[in-house]
Amino acid sequence: MSTASKDMTLTGQPPASLNRSQKYATGIAIFGLAILLLATFNISFPHKGFWLSTSLISLVLGVILFSKGAYRNTSEGIKNDGVWFKSISNRGFWAWVTGLSLTGFYTILYFYPQYLGLRKGTENTGLIALFDPLSKLLSGNSASQWFVYGTLYTVAILAFGIKFIWKYRHNRYEKIRTISVLFFQTAFAFLIPEFMARLNSDHFQLPYYDLKSVWPLNYYLFQEYHVSTFVSAGTIGVVLLVFGILSILVITPILTYKFGKRWYCSWVCGCGALAETVGDPFRQLSDKRMVAWKVERWVVHSVLVFVVVMTTAVVATYLENNSTKYWLTKDVFLIMVGSFLTLLLIAIWVFRRKELKKDARYGAVGYLVIILFLLAIHYFSGTTLFLFKAETLRTTYGFLIGSIFSGVIGTGFYPIFGSRVWCRFGCPMAAILGLQQRLLSKFRITTNGGQCISCGNCSTYCEMGIDVRAYAQKGENIVRASCVGCGICSAVCPRGVLKLENGPLDKRIDSKEILLGNDVDLMRYLNNQ
Amino acid sequence: MRYRPIFMEHVVIIGNGISGVTAARHIRKQSNCRISIISSETEHFFSRTALMYLYMGHMKFEHTKPYEDFFWKKNKLDLIHAHVSKLDPAAKLVHFQNGGSLGYDKLILAVGSKPNKFGWPGQDLQGVQGLYSYQDLQSLEQYAPNNRLCKRAVIVGGGLIGIELAEMLSTRDIPVTFLVREPSFWGNVLPASDSALLNKHIASHHIDLRLSSNLKEILSDGAGKVRGVIIHETGEEIPCNFVGLTAGVSPNIDFLKDSGIALGKGILVNRYLETNVQDIYAIGDCAEQKEPIGLRRAVEAVWYTGRMMGETVAQTICGKRTAYRPGNWFNSAKFFDIEYQTYGWVFSGKNKNDMEQHFHWEHEDGTKCITVAYQKDSRIFLGINTFGIRLRHEVVDRWLNEQQTVDFVITNLMKANFDPEWYRKFEISIQSTFQKSTKQLIS
Ligand SMILES: Cc1cc2nc3c(=O)[nH]c(=O)nc-3n(C[C@H](O)[C@H](O)[C@H](O)COP(=O)(O)OP(=O)(O)OC[C@H]3O[C@@H](n4cnc5c(N)ncnc54)[C@H](O)[C@@H]3O)c2cc1C
Ligand code: SF4
Ligand code: SF4
Repeated sequence: MSTASKDMTLTGQPPASLNRSQKYATGIAIFGLAILLLATFNISFPHKGFWLSTSLISLVLGVILFSKGAYRNTSEGIKNDGVWFKSISNRGFWAWVTGLSLTGFYTILYFYPQYLGLRKGTENTGLIALFDPLSKLLSGNSASQWFVYGTLYTVAILAFGIKFIWKYRHNRYEKIRTISVLFFQTAFAFLIPEFMARLNSDHFQLPYYDLKSVWPLNYYLFQEYHVSTFVSAGTIGVVLLVFGILSILVITPILTYKFGKRWYCSWVCGCGALAETVGDPFRQLSDKRMVAWKVERWVVHSVLVFVVVMTTAVVATYLENNSTKYWLTKDVFLIMVGSFLTLLLIAIWVFRRKELKKDARYGAVGYLVIILFLLAIHYFSGTTLFLFKAETLRTTYGFLIGSIFSGVIGTGFYPIFGSRVWCRFGCPMAAILGLQQRLLSKFRITTNGGQCISCGNCSTYCEMGIDVRAYAQKGENIVRASCVGCGICSAVCPRGVLKLENGPLDKRIDSKEILLGNDVDLMRYLNNQ
Repeated sequence: MRYRPIFMEHVVIIGNGISGVTAARHIRKQSNCRISIISSETEHFFSRTALMYLYMGHMKFEHTKPYEDFFWKKNKLDLIHAHVSKLDPAAKLVHFQNGGSLGYDKLILAVGSKPNKFGWPGQDLQGVQGLYSYQDLQSLEQYAPNNRLCKRAVIVGGGLIGIELAEMLSTRDIPVTFLVREPSFWGNVLPASDSALLNKHIASHHIDLRLSSNLKEILSDGAGKVRGVIIHETGEEIPCNFVGLTAGVSPNIDFLKDSGIALGKGILVNRYLETNVQDIYAIGDCAEQKEPIGLRRAVEAVWYTGRMMGETVAQTICGKRTAYRPGNWFNSAKFFDIEYQTYGWVFSGKNKNDMEQHFHWEHEDGTKCITVAYQKDSRIFLGINTFGIRLRHEVVDRWLNEQQTVDFVITNLMKANFDPEWYRKFEISIQSTFQKSTKQLIS
């Protein structure tokens, strides 16, 4: 075969990668970062508040000036020039450097917070101490590693959110969506929980609660310690707890029915917020192969099963230990869960069997059996489940899924695997919303008749690794469980083929043999046979 | 003797572009016959329309393949990476350039186009080329990799590929001079006001657009490379290191000259896409319709018609002889940042007859406009061009079939809007402009 057919990656020599104002901007951001690094290495800054503000402002300013350098002199439109030529966005040297630094940071954050200066009982030191003034201002307490992380997380989303808005300034859907995630991150994830902590006193304790973080993403919502604090906080606590339950059982299904899972994944969720802003330069790195899709479906649904079993076990244990306090006993609870799942599966089977692919059908049945099996065992053998204590299950989940998957791999490897690895392969919330989006929702991405030219922009820039083109070139709407409705496929399509919209359920999934534009009789003959 | 399978018919397709591959897929859906697809360009089907995005760094080659590599084997589509140098219809054989041959029972020619060269002096110099094939892209990468090696590029011919090439080069900061024969960009196709909007947009992207300018000659540096061009009208010499020839394409049929297949500009076919030779069909860019279809041109070198011919010929091959009867014309393109869609017929001033009337609306920011064509007396809607506004294919197609009036179309325009959610809508402004213009006409 000729060489032309082998690896045809072109050499690609775009103009100088950084212009002058971008270089200055990078300098400013590095200065901000340097303050944080010095603090980490125990340089004790006087006037911590001042230095912390300087550092955070430099970081935000650096990103904003960088974006200005990149987009100021450009016209409104798609800005993907040179994406695959740049080291950072094409898994080159800088991508690996960034990836390794991020994973390193996450490892320390989750497992060795003492290196960040976390001290129990005495004053914090190092990086965490630098954040004390801000934490005291907000919640009245001194900072923890989570406060440091939360602050940096929010600052990153703000700065890169501004960059994103600049980049997509011609696209109102993207602008409004980004403003929404910025708002939910700053208000709900960052400020409100800190203010809520202010209400705490010796006799009154509210658990840390990010109201928009719905179970099962918020997998510790129903753990014993959490529930106890909720309950002991009286009416407010119970209201919050009920809100948490309603979130997943009522609010979420209604909103997903109306708008698709995007209302959460790309408008509200904090993980989504990071992926859409900081992660935006890496969205094209997602794996689009069919095998990746297969793996995705098995992994993400296994996580979902895991989290359901784990939460059921945790709640059951809690009820058992507190059997005198509530009318709800462990047994009743287990029966409720079992019947709920069974009813759900029966409903899906009866109403949506045709729409599920064969393997998904097997999967559904298989998982139902497993869950019932586990519940049965649990029902007979007290607090252990397959020899594991419920609490052990929870900590294992927290370690494997909560820390390793969502943090270290999910975010640390943005520059290698793309921005939504966690959302795609690991997030149980996405799995639930996805099942619903596929089965009972008005949302779809409409394909515009026969206009697709199979160019591949949509698939390339889909962060969820959906092969959008495979549907578009068949004239078929895109109705995929994993689509988070980011709207980028529609934005990058050069022929205006894709439109995210909520519409009637009828003809939502519409496979076709022949596309619009050809002979009407032939279309009728082949499409209806 | 050539090998002839006893049970299975062998369908051979020359060309793995959209038309050949669509035909193969649809034949496979209905039949178990043996299918071979031959191409000398790339081993696997890729999307030609995405060539520009490779050079601009939006995508890598693998992203332009509409099907994963396992697809072909899974669907039992045999791929042959070789060049066909000759056909022998009498023996039902195709001969390969590097020796060997292959027998067929049915042959589909889907061989596409090649860039036009009009015999300009110097047109075969190094650094002078069209943009059609993957190999063209590789040589573009060689002669215009950056603005150090390519200080200026000249593009000759103001069509869709020309403007894509201009955009491509400008993403690498290579200064571009764009020679357009017509007094306005794509003025032979677009109505004057649409075309004027594009002239401005092109200039705003720092392209040196030269209207009413023809190429006279391409100059050599003495070592076989291009060093400049001379403009016919002014005699001006423009130094450059690269010349893109984008003055249209024509069917790629040279290797068929002595095959006995009737050729005109392209391979002549009847409405069933059959050539004059039994069991040989032609589809896509290379096919030329003997009988005109509506107002369509005899050779239509666009993606969609290639696909539709592939869909159609597959029925015939599988035993349901089907005429090619495409529905309403549609097309789309993108000019730098401005998306363009068209449905039905909107003719340029030059091609338009007296019965065709136009209504034009333009946004003051100069990046959005629409032109609606309708029949003067009956007011029947003939077609629509939109720039910077997306329309719903299904709705406009239905209106054309129903022969709605222009008044109906303008009143219901919102129903055809396909812009992303939350986008600003311009229908109200369009409607009020329309009302004003009809009032003027009446009074
Ligand atoms: C840069 C560019 C942008 C375009 N953009 C658009 C667009 O936006 N919208 C649109 O509608 N159209 C567009 N077009 C046109 C569109 O791509 C073509 O109409 C379409 O690809 C033609 O498809 P085809 O199957 O007829 O032929 P082709 O895609 O040309 O396929 C023919 C194949 O056959 C091979 N072949 C030919 N002869 C032989 C032989 N003797 N032996 C072996 N192999 C042979 C060729 O190498 C080629 O691979 C564009 C074209 C170009 C070049
Ligand atoms: S399919 Fe489109 S909207 Fe959905 S996740 Fe992919 S790019 Fe975003
Ligand atoms: S980006 Fe648009 S034209 Fe290109 S493959 Fe996707 S839907 Fe088709």
